[in-house]
Amino acid sequence: MTDTDFAIELQLLLDAIYLKYHYDFRGYAVASLRRRLRVAMNRFGCATLSQLQDKVVHDGTTFPALLDLLTVPVSDMFRDPSYFRALRERVVPLLRTYPSLKVWVAGCSTGEEAYSLAILLAEEKLLARTLIYATDINAQTLQKAEAGVYEVERLPGFTENHRRSGARSSLSNYYTAAYGRAVVDKTLKRHIVFSDHSLATDTVFAEVQLVSCRNVLIYFNRALQDRAIGLFHDALCRKGFLGLGAKESLRFSSHADAFVDLVREDRIFQKKDEASG
Amino acid sequence: MTASLGRAIGAVVIGTSAGGVEALSVLLPALPATFRSPVFIVLHLPRERPSLLVDIFRPRCARPVREAEDKEPVEDGTVYFAAPDYHLLIEEGPRLALSVDEPVHFSRPSIDVLFESAADLFGPRLLGIILTGGSEDGARGLEAVHRAGGVTVVQQPDTAQVPLMTQSAIKRSPVDLVLPLEEIAALLRTLDSDPS
Repeated sequence: MTDTDFAIELQLLLDAIYLKYHYDFRGYAVASLRRRLRVAMNRFGCATLSQLQDKVVHDGTTFPALLDLLTVPVSDMFRDPSYFRALRERVVPLLRTYPSLKVWVAGCSTGEEAYSLAILLAEEKLLARTLIYATDINAQTLQKAEAGVYEVERLPGFTENHRRSGARSSLSNYYTAAYGRAVVDKTLKRHIVFSDHSLATDTVFAEVQLVSCRNVLIYFNRALQDRAIGLFHDALCRKGFLGLGAKESLRFSSHADAFVDLVREDRIFQKKDEASG
Repeated sequence: MTASLGRAIGAVVIGTSAGGVEALSVLLPALPATFRSPVFIVLHLPRERPSLLVDIFRPRCARPVREAEDKEPVEDGTVYFAAPDYHLLIEEGPRLALSVDEPVHFSRPSIDVLFESAADLFGPRLLGIILTGGSEDGARGLEAVHRAGGVTVVQQPDTAQVPLMTQSAIKRSPVDLVLPLEEIAALLRTLDSDPS
């Protein structure tokens, strides 16, 4: 199979997925997509992407499994503790000035990031006035996120990250462990709405003070990154905050000028005050 | 005698783990100020800590040394290190692309991931180099470089601080050159004058 063949077949497969299932992967970064699709070809016993396309279109069980392969990079609670520490120290004092808060966790996957933010806001006594929208394109993943059940083997890592984020309480206050699993506390879940939303095809649904979208945009090409950052910009209130992943930046985006660096090393940006230019 | 490739190289990928800092201390300072190809490096590191590689190598290199950022356009003659806890891939453009997909051979960044994506993009214009290391990561990646028609070079195992990575690569697919570090450094110096 030549490279050109692969490129042609890739385009056809992504078109087929879009036409049949309305999931739009056409703006995804090609290098990671290729890698994931090679894994998928292996998994489904397909020698070419065309064979995979045949299965995706004609066998109803293939697409949900493929969707998981294409969408699920699992995160950790409090991944990159310095990000959460920076939120506490630099963003929380400003969030306190709002009577009610809305936060958008875009691309929430299995929920770790949304729960981390909920815990942080609970520790800062802000959760009671906060609603967190946690969105993802994968409905199955959203169900897992909503269930908030994690293997206990992951807890020591979560706990250590949480401690390094400047924790004001014990992580164990926020889950119940039994039978090898930890279930996130209901008091957190009450403040999180999990819902289906695509950064590729959907629009803004609420005004929010903080968007946290980490290690999601790395999977998008620049055009789709621009679309997503445009949505964040439109969703954010005046002087709202945007947190990205540790190696993501706005430098290569057409919206770069619409934000200022708030905490450069932790990739926290603030929307410019348009009134004052 | 210095080995020569006798062909144009558009990019260099290097993979290493244990003993890698010392090995790169031989190779990277050898790159001349006129070196044109971008160099992408995966060196396995602990995930939780920020990498000091850029600080270590920047003062010792004639070429710019950076840690990879997502969607950064690739600049000629620049040395890019993969960031801890992210895979590094090369995207059309060429631009850098990162991912947090599952670790490969317990490693993120993974050498296989970098080499396979670079092989897709650069094909026969890619030079892949595997150095000292205690992991099998890199063997599949070097095979991908070979299959795409690129040039494959492995550090001579008995000169490697930890030979497993070099041995795994040699076992997995045909390797064009097996050389001690000093000769790999000499080879890199010749790339500069290769006809393009």
